[in-house]
Amino acid sequence: MSNATTQKFKGTPGQIRNARIERAGAIVIGAIALVWILANIIKSPEQFAQVTVLGLRNGLLYALIALGYTLVYGIIELINFAHGDLFMLGTLFSSYFLSVWLKQQNSSPTGWAAFAACLLLVMVFGAVINVLIERLAYRRLRNAPRLAPLITAVGMSFLLNFIGLKWNGSTPRQWPTVIPSFDVHIFGVRINMVTIILFFIGVPLLLGLNFIVNKTKQGKAMRATAQDKDAAALMGINVNKTIAFTFALGGAMAGAAGLFYQQAIGTTNYNLGFQLGLIAFTSAVLGGIGNLWGAVVGALLIGLIQGLNDGLPIALGQQWSQSVVFTILIIILVFKPAGLLGKVTTEKV
Amino acid sequence: MSKKTSANNVTKSHRKWIIGYSIAGAFLFAVYQFLLPWQGLPGGVYDAIYQWVPPAAINESLVYVIMALGLNIVVGYAGLLDLGYVAFWAIGGYCAGWFMSEFFFFLNVHFLGSVTADRPGIHINFWLVLLIGGFICALFGILIGAPTLRLKSDYLALVTLGFGEIIPQVFFNGEDFFGYNISNGTKGIVMVDPVPVGVKNLGPFDFGWKLLIFLLLAAVMVFISLRLRSGRLGRAWLAIREDELAASMMGVPLMRTKLASYAVGAFAGGLGGVAFATHVNGVYAERFNFTISIFLLAMVVLGGMGNVWGVILGAFILSWVNGNGLTAFGTFYNDKFGTSIDFASFTFLLFGLVLILMMLFKREGLIPESRLKLMLHEEELDEVEADGKERA
Repeated sequence: MSNATTQKFKGTPGQIRNARIERAGAIVIGAIALVWILANIIKSPEQFAQVTVLGLRNGLLYALIALGYTLVYGIIELINFAHGDLFMLGTLFSSYFLSVWLKQQNSSPTGWAAFAACLLLVMVFGAVINVLIERLAYRRLRNAPRLAPLITAVGMSFLLNFIGLKWNGSTPRQWPTVIPSFDVHIFGVRINMVTIILFFIGVPLLLGLNFIVNKTKQGKAMRATAQDKDAAALMGINVNKTIAFTFALGGAMAGAAGLFYQQAIGTTNYNLGFQLGLIAFTSAVLGGIGNLWGAVVGALLIGLIQGLNDGLPIALGQQWSQSVVFTILIIILVFKPAGLLGKVTTEKV
Repeated sequence: MSKKTSANNVTKSHRKWIIGYSIAGAFLFAVYQFLLPWQGLPGGVYDAIYQWVPPAAINESLVYVIMALGLNIVVGYAGLLDLGYVAFWAIGGYCAGWFMSEFFFFLNVHFLGSVTADRPGIHINFWLVLLIGGFICALFGILIGAPTLRLKSDYLALVTLGFGEIIPQVFFNGEDFFGYNISNGTKGIVMVDPVPVGVKNLGPFDFGWKLLIFLLLAAVMVFISLRLRSGRLGRAWLAIREDELAASMMGVPLMRTKLASYAVGAFAGGLGGVAFATHVNGVYAERFNFTISIFLLAMVVLGGMGNVWGVILGAFILSWVNGNGLTAFGTFYNDKFGTSIDFASFTFLLFGLVLILMMLFKREGLIPESRLKLMLHEEELDEVEADGKERA
């Protein structure tokens, strides 16, 4: 046997070259990022740690929203533009439920109970609205050309924006926090209690979602439908129900993110969904859209980058926050459309 | 035989529209330039026109027509979803701001400008700035398009969206862009030069004459759209829109064709941007936001993707509703029924509903393009057949 046949096939020359360019690019970007971070750590280590915590908290929020995008995209290949606005409605629902309907103004045992009830209700709220949107609009367009559901999603986003505008008013509103929000010091880093609580609720939520998708029968149906709807239908899976369930899961996560945002940041605004939705979607793409852990990793990364950029002494600053995120999006889409954890798929004819 | 007649039809229709368009344009011009200032006009008519269709609203609609026609080339002809079209508008607008105002006060460049030579800043002739703005936008269109156009359609939409967010933010923060002031930031660039038309310089309030200029620009875009569509490039666009894979197999160079659509669409964005800057007599960074991109998309979708006349109708309806119609109706309704409903806040609802309902029930738009109509309903037939409902 000649040596050539026993060698492992590593791809066509073009693929090998692309892989090399990719690796070189990654090293360059990584080196620049490292220098930047080191410079900042040396300049003010305390600020760095604080900004990192804040960035990770935002990353968790983004992760919850990004999961909705990635679930929906994974199953029907639709960028659900309305998802960010669903999150915005979640913030409004939480605000009204806690502060107006239950009149909870500060942190007390009743406030914590209200928070727990609100978490449950806002998840149901998000799920119901998302399922309704799917039922009324997207389902009818499932076999239409790609452009049609995409434009419909943009329209839906406007519609939810309108509801938010009427519900919240056109100016940002401040709301009280009902969970403990004093500062604790861990290793010299000042962390707000809200952040810690959110981590303790948010991480189990992510794990629970992962369990549903990977370990349950319904999750299996979801994965099958994502791979091939027709084949899934032939195997006795109710495709419509499975897709509706996916939307419900995504909506529930967006609702929870809405409550978290409302408690952590305290402000609501009707056009919040657009910005956060885009950031969350960027996270989903960064991690590899359709991939659950990819969305989480991407979101934490984006949250971190944004936090570092907004809060560090040597950085572009908050007014460029949006541009930084979108530049990352464009770079990722151009050079690695499959994302960090995604697999490259080729178009089948 | 059939080929010949269709070819003749194309040329005929290319000439026919000019007559109708000129008549409609002359009518509008006559109304706004001569009828409105006329002393003998009954006060009721004057008030009604000013409440419902003031000259400024008509001019603004025309600017939207120019840009919607540009977006139509990208979305309607080539089938590429562009969600960041406002970026071209912004670039075009700042071209007007840079080359037709006192913004660069430390320079003194005059080239066939409409102001006296002692004024500081760059003052280039409006018609030249139109071209400059158009070409700079086209260049940007190619720059964004070149690396991104090979992406899948929805990823492309996202990249354009990102671009449409970055460019306005650059201008928004442009007062200190790495130490240079490139846009005056939120203050905007106020006062651009009047438009020279030989005998007269048109300031911001010469609505009647400016109407003619905007009509001319829109006509140029209609002409470009119609000619390109029936030409080789236009047919290649339609082929890509209908089936990219099949088109590439037939030898259509995908990248070059898509890039061309981007460049032409961006060119129109530049024209519109310069025109809008002269219309509002300034360039303001906060005006360039995502809503505008969606607004233009809604115009194209409502009117009929790919159909020039549909897009013009859609642009007129929506920009009128947004700019004037909704508030005028609100005043009318509130006066009549003694209510105080804020109708202007219903724009979001209106645009959302337009997009959703059109996609659900009349995907081809108000004035459909025949080919697109066939295409948009083709797959639904397939589904019915696949389910076996038709045969049962």
